[in-house]
Amino acid sequence: MAIVNLQNVTYKYPLTDVSALQNISLKVEEGEFVAVIGPNGAGKSTLCYAIAGFVPHFFKGELTGTVEVAGNESINSTLSEWVLNVGLAFQNPFNQISGAKYTVFEELAFGLENIGIPRAEMKRRVEDAMKLTGISDLADRSPYSLSGGQQQRVALTSILVMQPKVLVLDEPTSQMDPIGTREVFGVIRSMAERGMTVILVEHKVEWIAQFADRVIALKDGGILLDGAPSEVLTSPLLPAHGFATSRYTSVARKAREMGVWNGENLPVTLDEAVEGFSQRVKGIKS
Amino acid sequence: MRIEIQDLYFTYPTGVEALRGISLTIESGEQVAIVGQNGAGKTTLVKHFNGLLQPTSGQVLIGGWDTTRHPVAKMASRVGYVFQNPDEQLFSRNVGAEVAFGPKNLGFDIERVEALVGDALALTQLSDKTETNPYDLSATGRKMVALASIISMDTDIVIFDEPTTGQDAVNVRRIASVIAELRRRGKTVITITHDIDFCAENFERVIAMSQGKILLDGTANAVLGQEETLARTYVDPPQLTRLGKRLGFRDTVRNEEEFLDALKR
Repeated sequence: MAIVNLQNVTYKYPLTDVSALQNISLKVEEGEFVAVIGPNGAGKSTLCYAIAGFVPHFFKGELTGTVEVAGNESINSTLSEWVLNVGLAFQNPFNQISGAKYTVFEELAFGLENIGIPRAEMKRRVEDAMKLTGISDLADRSPYSLSGGQQQRVALTSILVMQPKVLVLDEPTSQMDPIGTREVFGVIRSMAERGMTVILVEHKVEWIAQFADRVIALKDGGILLDGAPSEVLTSPLLPAHGFATSRYTSVARKAREMGVWNGENLPVTLDEAVEGFSQRVKGIKS
Repeated sequence: MRIEIQDLYFTYPTGVEALRGISLTIESGEQVAIVGQNGAGKTTLVKHFNGLLQPTSGQVLIGGWDTTRHPVAKMASRVGYVFQNPDEQLFSRNVGAEVAFGPKNLGFDIERVEALVGDALALTQLSDKTETNPYDLSATGRKMVALASIISMDTDIVIFDEPTTGQDAVNVRRIASVIAELRRRGKTVITITHDIDFCAENFERVIAMSQGKILLDGTANAVLGQEETLARTYVDPPQLTRLGKRLGFRDTVRNEEEFLDALKR
C-alpha cells in the first residue's frame, strides 16, 4: 500500500491567482526514496508543504483533492498529529531552529520534549541521531553559531530524532561542501533502507542519480516526468524546460551529436559515463 | 586594484582560530574561486577584504589601502560584497531603491546613480521589477537583487559568497553571464562556492582552503585535478575532471569543451 497518496491536488496560496500545485496525483510506497527536481518556482517546496501538512494547516489558502499519509487525510488531522508521521526539513535551516534552546543537543531534543518522550529515551535518540549525521562534536554549541552546512545537518538531525514514517527534505544539502553532501546523501539512503520513506527536493542531479529510487520532475505546479532516475534524468524534456542535468548526461548528449558516444543510453552516473566512453577511448588508443 | 594579504591570522572572540597564516596576492581583473569544506575560513577571509573583519595579526591591503586604517564605509568604494543569504542585506521598499542605495551612499551624482542602477538591473534581468518589494520576489529573485545592489556600486572588486546556492540551471547560467560581463569590464571577481562544476566552468584561478590555511592556489586545471589533496578539504573534483581521469586522459579537463577535445584526440 502506498504510504503517501496525493489525488488531484490543486493548491493556491492566499491572495494569489495562480495555483502553485495543479492537479497532482502521486503515490509513494513505504521505504521508497523519491527525488523531486524542477526549476525555481515549479512548486517543489509547496509539494513538500502539502505532504508535511503545512499546506493548508499553516499557510491556509485553497486546497482541493486529497493528501493521505499512512491512511489519514491531512485535512482531517491537526498539524501536531500530522508531524508524528511526517517530518519536514526546511530549505533554509535558519527558519527551522527554535530559538528557544541554547545548545544543539537541547535543540535536537525539542521535538521529542513536545511529544512527551521519556528523558532517557530522548537522550538516547538524540545521541544516536547525532552520531548518524556526524554532528556529535557540535552538541554543546549554540545552534546560531554554526555554519550554514552545520545548521543543515542539525536541521536534518532534528527531524530524524522524531523517527517519522515519511521524511520530507527540501534541499537539505544546499549549503554543504561536496563531500559533506555525499555523506548526507548516504545517511538519507540508509534511512530509506531501514524503511523510512524519503521525499527529497534537490538540484544536485549527480547525487540523485546515484542514490534515489525514483525521480519526479515538476514544472509549473504539475508533474512533467515520473520514473526511474536513468529514464527521467536523460529525457530531452529536461534541458528543453530549464532543468539541470548531470554533466555526464549533457556531455554524452553532445558527444552523441558528434558521433563519438557509443553507449546505448545516455549516462546519469560517473560509472555509466566511464562505461559508455571507454569503448571510444580504447578504440582510439588501439 | 591589487589585493595583497600578508601573513593574516584571525581569531574570533569565541577563541576559534579561523585563519592561520594566509598570504595571497590577487591582481586587478582576476577571476578567482575559493573552495573548501564548511568551516575552512572562506567567508572569514573575504570579510577581511572590505574591513568587515580586522586581522588579529598580519595585513590586508586593497589597492594600497590598509583595511585597519580605513572604515568599512570607505572600503565599500573599492570592494563590493554579496552575502550568502540575500535576506541579510535587503531592506528597501522596492528593488529600484535597494539597488540605488549603494551608489547614493558612495556620494555619486544623481545621473551616475541612475545610469549605474539601470545597468545593474539590466545585467541581472530585473529591469521590469524596479517597483517590486524585494520580499515579494522568490528567493531566486532576491538573490539577483542582492547581486544588482552590489554591481551598481561599480567597485573594482566584487565578492560573491555562494552565488549559486539553491538556484536552478537557468539562474546559474544568468549568474555565470553576470560574472563574465564583470570580467569583460576588467573587474576583479572573487567567488566562494561549493558548486565545483560551476567553479570549473567560470573561473581561471582556484584557491582551496582548509582549516584556516591555503591548501592549493593555481590555475583551475592545476588545482581541480588534485583529487587527493582536495579530498582533505571535502571537495571532489568537477564531474568531467573525474570522468577524464577515469578514462585515462593525460591532461586534466574541466569543462565540456576540454573533455570533447581530449576525446577526439
